Amino acid sequence: MIAVSHLTKTFGSLVAVQDVSFRVGKGEIFAFLGPNGAGKTTTVKMLTTLLRPTSGRVQIDGLDTIRHAREVRRKVGIVFQDTSLDGELTAYETMDFHGSLYRVPRNFRAARIKCLLNLFELWERRDNQVNQFSGGMQRRLEIARCLLHGPEIIFLDEPTLGLDPQTRHRLWTQVIELNQQERVTVFLTTHYLDEVERVADRIAVIDHGKIIAQGSPAELEEQTASDTLEEAFLELTGSSIREERSSFLPRMRKMAKITGR
Amino acid sequence: MNCIYLLWLLQVKRYIRSRARIFASLGQPLLILFILGFGVEPIFKKAGQGSYIQFLSPGVVGMALLSTSVLSGLRLVWDRQFGVLKATFVAPEPRILVMFGRTLGGATIALVQGLITMVACLVAGFRPAGIDRLPIALIFMLLIALMFTAMGTAIASNLKDLQSFQLIMNFLVAPISLLSGALYPLTDLPLLLKWITRLDPLSYGVDGLRGALSGTYRFGPWLDLAVLSICTLILLGIGGYLFSRIEL
Repeated sequence: MIAVSHLTKTFGSLVAVQDVSFRVGKGEIFAFLGPNGAGKTTTVKMLTTLLRPTSGRVQIDGLDTIRHAREVRRKVGIVFQDTSLDGELTAYETMDFHGSLYRVPRNFRAARIKCLLNLFELWERRDNQVNQFSGGMQRRLEIARCLLHGPEIIFLDEPTLGLDPQTRHRLWTQVIELNQQERVTVFLTTHYLDEVERVADRIAVIDHGKIIAQGSPAELEEQTASDTLEEAFLELTGSSIREERSSFLPRMRKMAKITGR
Repeated sequence: MNCIYLLWLLQVKRYIRSRARIFASLGQPLLILFILGFGVEPIFKKAGQGSYIQFLSPGVVGMALLSTSVLSGLRLVWDRQFGVLKATFVAPEPRILVMFGRTLGGATIALVQGLITMVACLVAGFRPAGIDRLPIALIFMLLIALMFTAMGTAIASNLKDLQSFQLIMNFLVAPISLLSGALYPLTDLPLLLKWITRLDPLSYGVDGLRGALSGTYRFGPWLDLAVLSICTLILLGIGGYLFSRIEL
């Protein structure tokens, strides 16, 4: 379903993602882990056509993300690390705007919006503006929105960041149900390793832009002779604290401008 | 077309819901109209130039169009900074259509603000030469709105934070307004200033509006239309190019 081969992204002389290759099968839940600034979000942006790779190739369901960007976008749904909702729209308008943009037929759209807002327990609040929603409600709305056009793959970039345990639990329960019932492929990044153990079929660990390990949670624990996934992760990536991801990309772009590349 | 309509509708919906924005962006033109207009009116009359309100009103409408249009760029920076733009960029629509939709939305909002300002001018005592001239005035208003919304988009496409946009806008909007002939006649100016005013695209917009509403053009309707149309097309092209190169 997702085939990534020798993917590289550089910003000037700085290499954000280096020669990354992996495959994700249909219906699989794939976790992409790494410390802050490791290259997770840059990879997700390239996979979802937001960022052009410097070299290498990404195929989504056999379609090249550069040559067939629009077809790829129809097949994927994305929940970004930071919120991407328009606070001035109501929950229903948010869904309806997204559905119209993805050309979901009007009759089907209304029914699908009702179904998804009910699934994520937001139907009662459909006429409220999004800026009145809590962080958890906004996250649920983003996931509902990303499913509206019936994507075959969903990308969840740290979807549970800042959510309370109850909301996190409910959210993953719903994602697992979707994965099992509709065979939706899930590509996720998170720092909560207990969540990964609970939901992921396979894991890839990225550090300093390179994939350093791949396998099931049990295989990674075995490879590193660790008892838990957290221990395995620390064994693979070390225990030193990394710089924040949010400052990494802008810094790299600035450097690229200075060096003129 | 679906995408252009949706993005247009989104901008208009946001505008309707933001009453504070409607009133705030009317503040400056109305202050100029009522304070400067009535303040300078007696001197203007004494100098044998006729009614200053009659002279000033098309200029104030042009200034309202300019400030509202470029402010749509602020919305773009906001949407970029707070993630809203990402959701549009991953949709299966070409970015150029997204840009056109947003620009049309911004221009529509500016046009509405311009019309509200025009009503205020009528209340202040401005009288157009005839009702039949309003459609021509509307064409000039639409061109001004489109041109400066495209300029706002072009500038905003290169900026990532709201503060930088505000600074650049302050640096641009004031000279464009002051050099356009909105507040004073462009006759008998020093040579250098005369040429600078001719490089200001709003000069042609204000002249077109003033000519359409009063019947007296300085540059002529066809030159005004030609300059505005060419500038609009160039800025739409630059805006579209820069918008399509935005990296999130």
